[in-house]
Amino acid sequence: MKLIDCPYIGARPQSEFVYGHEVRQMPKPSEVTDKEWAEYVFCRHGAPGVKKEWWHHVPSGIWFVFERDTLTDKFIRLVDIAEVQYEL
Amino acid sequence: MSYRLQEQPLEWIDRSKTINIEVEGKPTRGFAGDTITSAMFANGDIHVGRSFKYHRIRGPVTFANHDGNALFQTSEATDIRGDVAPAEDGMKLHAVNTIGGVQNDKFRFLGLLSRFLVVGFYYKGLFKPRFMRSFYERVIRESAGLGKVDLNWRNKRKSKRYGFCDVLVIGAGPAGMSAAKAAAEAGAQVMLVDENAHIGGTLDYQYANDDSVSAARKELKEYVLNSDNIEVQTSAVALGWYSDNWVPVNTPTGIIKVRAKQVVMATGLFEQPSIFHYNDLPGVMMASAAQRMIARYAVKPAEVAAMVVANEDGYRAALDLLKAGVKINAIADLEDHETRGDLAKQVKAQGVQIYDRHAIYEVEGKKRVTSATLCPLDANGECDATRRTTVPCDGVFMSVGWAPVTHLLFQCKSDIKYNAEIGQFRAESMPEGMFAAGRVNGVFDINDQMADGAGAGQQAAAAAKGETVDVQRPALTTIRQSHEYPIFRHPKHKNFIDFDEDIQLKDYINAAKEGFDNIELIKRFSTNGMGPSQGKHSNMNGIRILSKFTGKSIDETGTTTARPMFHPTPIQHLGGRRFRAERVSPMQQSHVEHKAVFMEAGAWLRPEYYDTEPTRLESIHAEAKAVRTGLGIIDVSTLGKIEIFGPDAAEMMDRICTMRMSNMVIGKTRYALVVDEAGVITDDGVVVRYADDHFYYTTTSGSADPAFRTVQKQILEWGLKCEAVNRTAQLAAMNLAGPEARNKLAQFTDIDLSEEAFPYLGARTGHVFGKPVTLARVGFVGELGYEIHCLAGDAAEIWNNLLKECADVNIRPFGVECQRLLRLEKGHVIVTQDTDGLTNPWEAGMPWAVHMKKDFFIGQRSLEILKPLQSRTLHGFMFPEGFKGEPKECHLLIKDGELNGRITSVSFSPTFNRWLGLAYVDDMEAKIGDGVQIRLDDGTLVEAELVSLPFYDPEGKRQTCDVDGTDGKVA
Repeated sequence: MKLIDCPYIGARPQSEFVYGHEVRQMPKPSEVTDKEWAEYVFCRHGAPGVKKEWWHHVPSGIWFVFERDTLTDKFIRLVDIAEVQYEL
Repeated sequence: MSYRLQEQPLEWIDRSKTINIEVEGKPTRGFAGDTITSAMFANGDIHVGRSFKYHRIRGPVTFANHDGNALFQTSEATDIRGDVAPAEDGMKLHAVNTIGGVQNDKFRFLGLLSRFLVVGFYYKGLFKPRFMRSFYERVIRESAGLGKVDLNWRNKRKSKRYGFCDVLVIGAGPAGMSAAKAAAEAGAQVMLVDENAHIGGTLDYQYANDDSVSAARKELKEYVLNSDNIEVQTSAVALGWYSDNWVPVNTPTGIIKVRAKQVVMATGLFEQPSIFHYNDLPGVMMASAAQRMIARYAVKPAEVAAMVVANEDGYRAALDLLKAGVKINAIADLEDHETRGDLAKQVKAQGVQIYDRHAIYEVEGKKRVTSATLCPLDANGECDATRRTTVPCDGVFMSVGWAPVTHLLFQCKSDIKYNAEIGQFRAESMPEGMFAAGRVNGVFDINDQMADGAGAGQQAAAAAKGETVDVQRPALTTIRQSHEYPIFRHPKHKNFIDFDEDIQLKDYINAAKEGFDNIELIKRFSTNGMGPSQGKHSNMNGIRILSKFTGKSIDETGTTTARPMFHPTPIQHLGGRRFRAERVSPMQQSHVEHKAVFMEAGAWLRPEYYDTEPTRLESIHAEAKAVRTGLGIIDVSTLGKIEIFGPDAAEMMDRICTMRMSNMVIGKTRYALVVDEAGVITDDGVVVRYADDHFYYTTTSGSADPAFRTVQKQILEWGLKCEAVNRTAQLAAMNLAGPEARNKLAQFTDIDLSEEAFPYLGARTGHVFGKPVTLARVGFVGELGYEIHCLAGDAAEIWNNLLKECADVNIRPFGVECQRLLRLEKGHVIVTQDTDGLTNPWEAGMPWAVHMKKDFFIGQRSLEILKPLQSRTLHGFMFPEGFKGEPKECHLLIKDGELNGRITSVSFSPTFNRWLGLAYVDDMEAKIGDGVQIRLDDGTLVEAELVSLPFYDPEGKRQTCDVDGTDGKVA
């Protein structure tokens, strides 16, 4: 089983985490067409690469955003939440 | 006759302890430390089983559990590998694949039909004609299974354990022991695992008679067994490799889940057979098998032998055989014995006839080999069958090559390439944290093996500390150890590639000719490597044959990858002990006292109903009657409970829920419906506003954790100034419902319960029985009711007091089933029961709960798109009074023979004395009063009528019961 090494809580087994999907910024609902909105809701890009992802550590109840290379399954760094925040 | 030899220097048996086992009724005597196969062989019983397909009689071949010949069962276990399973006193064993025993197997003539059982016969022969299929299936199932399961099997689970180490060394042979020692000396905590009963590996059987290594052996073993830094696990199989060096190790007492910082693979090799006519006759075995037999168990593998050899190891084995008193009549060397070094010279010096550039072409014998025929090889590597030398023998030993034990190396995605110089696959590079050492790494000289292990051990120990160390590892061998094609055609076939599955050379080639010329396809079609030993003795030859057939290189041909588990692993080990979290509410004891029958709701145990009446249904109906006419109370502590506070709390609630929450008045509740981005209903609950910046919100029991995670994540993502706290376990809740609710509760609380002070959908804080509570007037079950939220520690006292103090109005605790019935009468939807993974609020009949005019909520845009696309609607339906069918959830609505919807909830309502329910109707034209056809289990179509919702108290008078001036009493 994979270990996820986090600067705050140390290396913890992956089973302690809930995957919260890739970080994606929602488009402004009022500014997109139905088709664009459906793309956003239903389409995910599975192509491997370095991605930012939400991971929830269940025992401590903390959400983290990690950068992970989905090709090698390597966690690269912990991302500051401010980097992924957006205003509606 | 006895085949037991004089005492051997390193033998594993304890001659002071005799054990007695019974094999197919025949008493067999052995010593403690014997395996089943060695005990049998020592007694002269070399027939350990029958083959899977043709039921050919078989003896030990690899004597290392790399073939499936010696498969036994007892009444307790079905997959006992005789080669390695210890013979235990009193064991009663049977071979698994016979009808009537190994010697007189009723299917023993099946081999005569082999002409008709061509490769792929399952696919070709047994599907036509169609009406015969079930017959074939019965016959095949009858003959295909291995072993009989005792249906009175007792559940004997083995605990799983956890292990941690700096360096895990897999394989305790010369390289593995050296690696463990070197790593331990460098200060690492080491775990050394080996599937054998004792450490030592080849050092103790291939080199048992080599005096030059005895000092090194003694030193290594003593160090490994006595070092505080080394934990040794024998009879322990590393089952697989998982991310970040997570290696499950199966031991006789259960699986150890080992987390290693570094792993050294010193797994060694599997010896591979030569393929010739009747190479499966008992008496034909690997040279290394003979060495194991002699050195470990002091069993003489034959009296008179012939050998086929293609490496130096074969001559080493020949010397061991000679020393054990075996006469060797002939050695066929596939190449030239002059190239084999000093050992070949020693063998020759002992007068053994060596035939260079010869192969064993065929052997003869009925139940054991009696002679071997050697033929010279021509320029194409084929046997010249016209020039034959036949020698008598009762044992044939093969030493023509090896296949590396690369299972875990494949699993960790090493770069594995064929090294033609050595003649074997080898990991060119490995991911971080992995090392290979010894023969699996292509290092063969015994001193080099130990040096290679020590080097890997040093590197691993340093890497575990995050350091690197410069180590000179020995060079790979430059001598080819495995012959590139020890495979010989024969017009009469029966030259087996895979002994488990009875795959002959022609089967495999025919499969390739039919177009299955890809290694993955040919494996499945021919079933080569798919038997109990999973290709351990057959995969390599399969690759060689396919490579030659297609003219591609070994690397181009490729190899199938070996998935975990390395050896079959009992389910009781994999399952481990049953760990299941079980949550109970603070009122659990009272539930038990009131004879609750519990149901699982996620991790929670909830009272389904209280077993108070003669039947389940009567109990549920009695509970319903109490709520409708007097007073009932239900434990709803399982609800998710989330508190949100901060300046942006109202904004957050608006974004999460479909209804507007920011305009809620303090002290009010509002129904909360939650949809996801696709507009699908995911959750519902009740929101209470405590203050401008403070909300309390309940979710359905199952959604408590995901709902909280979503709230938390969205606060972060949107950068809102508010906090969420999950109070699910901290707080408990109960719902007191029924016409008596207000009268009774008013006696125990300091909160003014009058209709003016505390109207329907209000929320108040105060005390009940002196304990702090929040009361919310909600109407889920359709009666006057108060949801009481309190600290979990106070809940049992409040609950018990209410039951005691309200006994005068015959209060009853009610369970989940009763609640479902009551809310159904009220037409309320249960999320996930009346909604599925596609349901949106429009379909569920809840447009009233969606405030599209808000700026934003999750799923708003999708709901906007979905509204005009609505194609089904949740309707209420009723069956006529006296209806005698039994409609169920998921029964289908049918219209003109076509699907027209499905029931989501249905129940017999004692209030209406009829069956009623909720169903999606796919017909947008359907309207109240229409009849719908419902198909029951037996296929009959029955008619129900669509009726308006709610069924019960459509004006909601009973929840706001003061409207008719009765002050809480409803007639």
